[in-house]
Amino acid sequence: MAFMGDMMNPAPLWHNGPAPGAFYNFPGNSSSFGPINHTVQDFKAHSATPITTTTTVIGLKFDKGCVIAADTLGSYGSLARFRDCPRVLKVNDLILLGSGGDYADYQYLKDIIEQKIIDEQCIGDGLQLKPKSLHCWLTRVLYNKRSKMDPLWNNYIVAGIQDGEPFLGAVDKLGTAYEDGTIATGLGAYMATPLLRDAVEKGPLDEESAKALVRKCMEVLFYRDARSFPRYQLGVVTAAGVTVEEPVELKHDWSLAHMIHMK
Amino acid sequence: MFRNQYDSDVTVWSPQGRLHQVEYAMEAVKLGSATVGLKNKQFAVLIALKRAVSELSAYQKKIIPIDDHIGISISGLTADARMLSRFMRTECLNHRYAHDAPMPVGRLIGLVGNKMQICTQRYDKRPLGVGLLVAGYDDQGPHIYQMCPSANFFDCRAMAIGARSQSARTYLEKHFNTFLDSDLNDLVAHGLRALRDTLPNEVDLNTKNVSIAIVGPKTPLRVCDEAELTQYLSLVEGEERRGGGAAATGDAGPAPEAGDERDPQPQVNNIV
Repeated sequence: MAFMGDMMNPAPLWHNGPAPGAFYNFPGNSSSFGPINHTVQDFKAHSATPITTTTTVIGLKFDKGCVIAADTLGSYGSLARFRDCPRVLKVNDLILLGSGGDYADYQYLKDIIEQKIIDEQCIGDGLQLKPKSLHCWLTRVLYNKRSKMDPLWNNYIVAGIQDGEPFLGAVDKLGTAYEDGTIATGLGAYMATPLLRDAVEKGPLDEESAKALVRKCMEVLFYRDARSFPRYQLGVVTAAGVTVEEPVELKHDWSLAHMIHMK
Repeated sequence: MFRNQYDSDVTVWSPQGRLHQVEYAMEAVKLGSATVGLKNKQFAVLIALKRAVSELSAYQKKIIPIDDHIGISISGLTADARMLSRFMRTECLNHRYAHDAPMPVGRLIGLVGNKMQICTQRYDKRPLGVGLLVAGYDDQGPHIYQMCPSANFFDCRAMAIGARSQSARTYLEKHFNTFLDSDLNDLVAHGLRALRDTLPNEVDLNTKNVSIAIVGPKTPLRVCDEAELTQYLSLVEGEERRGGGAAATGDAGPAPEAGDERDPQPQVNNIV
């Protein structure tokens, strides 16, 4: 009489599903991935926000090359946490790379780029990666990462010599890319860009005046940008090659500070 | 059935230290009609002799454009060549996509070489039965590469592969010192003369059976149309032909193998 017993206690008509009126999250549904759902499915959390950050990086083209400058501070939120975070990189004899934004993401990509250069040297055909190629490659990588909802939180400035001519280009964390004669990222975009453009409009710069102008911008930014630092690095790329200076301290004088009153 | 005891698999060595299957694949290249590649200081040129399967059919294509700056000329199994050309096209496109620059010719050749090598070392694969002449132009100037089924590749100043190509090579060896400083017209004329040396006496070059591709600085790879072919063919028209192909090659170069002497019209139509 087993079947009689089943008839007396029938299985529920609806089970393994949401309660009536509720939504069910089908496993494997693409909308259930990504950082938005961290709280729901915390097994794959990505760095959706930057942690240790660096601020402005400046790039400027002059008649025979480019110059890039960036300070060496790694901020932890508003805390000036790390004081020696170099982020002006010699990629090869033709390319200089500067980065702003999340420092860990920069280190990650730096390792990949350096391996790429080593692989190329191992081929041994004497060809070298060109700045335009790296600029394009960065665009592809950064756009790909942002499309996975997991961007590399950086601004990059690629400077170099492309077939004998100076090249300066920028890529942001979304893969947006452009070339220009003057580039400043982060807060520098608001405060250094006008200074740089004014100077460039007055006529072409030589190496010395370009360096002096960039140093002036670093000083202005140090006074105005709360995430900046008086210790910075400057790199130059010309047909003769790439040089990255040791970090230098900029002189600062706050004796006027007491006269400034915010209303 | 077998020519010998040691050719049953690609991976089997003969006691003489040879891989017979790989050597047989090298023979497949000689079944295709001849093709010549040569370069001067600026241009790389491919010249190929096309075959028609029958009088009623069109001539089979021998030159395959890969990218704006690279083209290949094939001899051997068409199907294998198509597989390789698809691979090369994909690699060139990917390089352009990622680096916004044309693929360096030598790098592409390295990739293709690695791809071809795999099937000379695995028992579940066979070597490709096609030889390639690759013409390309990049930052380092013009290039002519030869690729073999054995996965060897050679950077050449001039080369010829395919049926009776020894005659063409003999011509090239005799004249290659003049190639570097010649202009484009002379270069093509040299190529046509080399190719003509591979022909049987009763056949001559014409716009139907010749294919020419040119690549150089600010000159994207161009497979010549009929008007241009006519112009180039007129450069060598009416010249005295050297008798009997290989017979006239005489002392120069190693003695051609027996298989290279004949022009074995293959019974299958998948060979060009």
